[in-house]
Amino acid sequence: MAIENMHIGGAAAFADDRLDVGIPVANALIDSGKPAALFYENLAERTLALAHRELRKDPLKGYTPDLAGFVSPVLRRCVENGVPVIGNFGAANPMGAAKRLHELAKELGVKGLRVAVVEGDDLRDVIRDLGAEQWGDEVPIDLSNTEVLAANAYLGAEPIADALDLEPHIVVTGRVTDSALALGPLMQHFGWQVGDWDKMAAGVLVGHLLECGGQVTGGYFADPGFKDVANLANLGFPIAEVEADGSFVITKPDGTGGVVNEQTVKEQILYELDDPSNYLTPDVILDISEVELQQIGPDRVRVSGVKGKPAPDTLKVTVSIDGGWLGEGEISYAGPNALARARLAAEILRQRVDLLHLDCDLRTDLIGTVSIHDGDSGELTKSYDGEPLEVRVRAAANANDEATAWTVAREVQALYCNGPAGGGGVRRNITERVKTGSVLVSRRDVMPRVSMVTEDDV
Amino acid sequence: MSKSLIEVSLHEIAHGRTGDKGDRLLLSVIPYDETGYAPIAEQVTESRMFEMFRHRGATEARRYELPKLYAFNFVIENALQGGVNNSLNLDGHGKTLSFLALTMKVCVSPGVLAAAMKARST
Repeated sequence: MAIENMHIGGAAAFADDRLDVGIPVANALIDSGKPAALFYENLAERTLALAHRELRKDPLKGYTPDLAGFVSPVLRRCVENGVPVIGNFGAANPMGAAKRLHELAKELGVKGLRVAVVEGDDLRDVIRDLGAEQWGDEVPIDLSNTEVLAANAYLGAEPIADALDLEPHIVVTGRVTDSALALGPLMQHFGWQVGDWDKMAAGVLVGHLLECGGQVTGGYFADPGFKDVANLANLGFPIAEVEADGSFVITKPDGTGGVVNEQTVKEQILYELDDPSNYLTPDVILDISEVELQQIGPDRVRVSGVKGKPAPDTLKVTVSIDGGWLGEGEISYAGPNALARARLAAEILRQRVDLLHLDCDLRTDLIGTVSIHDGDSGELTKSYDGEPLEVRVRAAANANDEATAWTVAREVQALYCNGPAGGGGVRRNITERVKTGSVLVSRRDVMPRVSMVTEDDV
Repeated sequence: MSKSLIEVSLHEIAHGRTGDKGDRLLLSVIPYDETGYAPIAEQVTESRMFEMFRHRGATEARRYELPKLYAFNFVIENALQGGVNNSLNLDGHGKTLSFLALTMKVCVSPGVLAAAMKARST
């Protein structure tokens, strides 16, 4: 007998995503009556370093900040209907996230919760000794004389499939490759094995298309008059209906906004992709050059023809170290001669940084001209000859220390009384930065672990 | 160029999205209609794309052709001035840069432009 199709829902693309979008996805998965899983992607590249900083301040933190906000709206129905929730909620503290989920279940009156936890990605204490090789040709980050804030290997889908064998309601991971959040349940359901490269690749593509949530269903796509999208305020998040052979249909819940068409799927297939024939993941090397798309109904696009090649021998590790401080300040000039006053303000700021001998890299922008597409040298801005109705001057500086970053931001505020006429609306901000680099380690050096946390354990 | 061709910005016949990996910009260019594939293949070259990002310190542009998907993927090295970790640009990810690439001028036949306009906003 053929194995039943599996439906996978993607309900978050990042830690700051909309909290309510999982509800229609969970409901659609449950109403389909098919085997299903619902996943949340919460862990951008630098997020782990920030989570480690949180963990250091409070040992009960260090997991995704909005864990309850994401899970609360769907927990009861998913538990009652046997739809596992899978998320890289754990960040720097997967066990902490599991404990918080049990508290949440208690608050919501959900009984008998089972949380499987995937660990083993955290290499912070050993990374210096692993003899890791540099990834790609980026400038290596220097680990001498600095503290490693975070070092996490991108785990693949196998530990997630193993975790699902334990029949949990929720799977919490730390760092895994985003696509593994979809491939894990597909491997477990269909019995796909390492070596089934085309099927593994199809599962990775499911994850790749869903991991950015609304970006495949019309979010981050609208360009009025060129690419119109209805009802983005109620954007429906994606569902993949996957067949045993690895072909699948991308769709979204009925009654939601957005659109699924060949254009939205193409933009997301190529998103963050380097060589389309060699997309490296821990599970398989993906080749999407032969992929075919077909619109088979409203908001339904069929995807087929994905190919896979054997997985690489090494795993990628993101290493984070202290990255100094960013200081920013902004002030607006409007009305007659606004651009000239804004240019004068930017010039004054440059002179002040020199006068005060501030040790920093400074960039000034004239927002309202061509700032964001320009380089740090301001080449495009210098040749700009329009006459905008208002211009916002922005200064941004990288410094090693907080005080210098703050001084630059403060100098923008000081333009109120000391700069050109009619400046207003100052905002200023400083941010602690994290520097990340990628290295490769041998698979032998990374040992994924799966454990079950029940009510009795907390 | 033949007189029957019309000069338009790439935005008239194609759409795209950018992503980042470190200091590397990843950029898709997707014709609205399949008939846009050939003029883009001919005119939206690696060297012209590189020129679009030279002012940001880019060092190389590579193009991958996807004739089955009717799409192109560009990889532009060192276009992000440090990337999200280190950039002083408001947009450290380079997310707005697809709309810089789409300002490139291309020359197309009236038929290609009409097909693109028909395929837009359906």
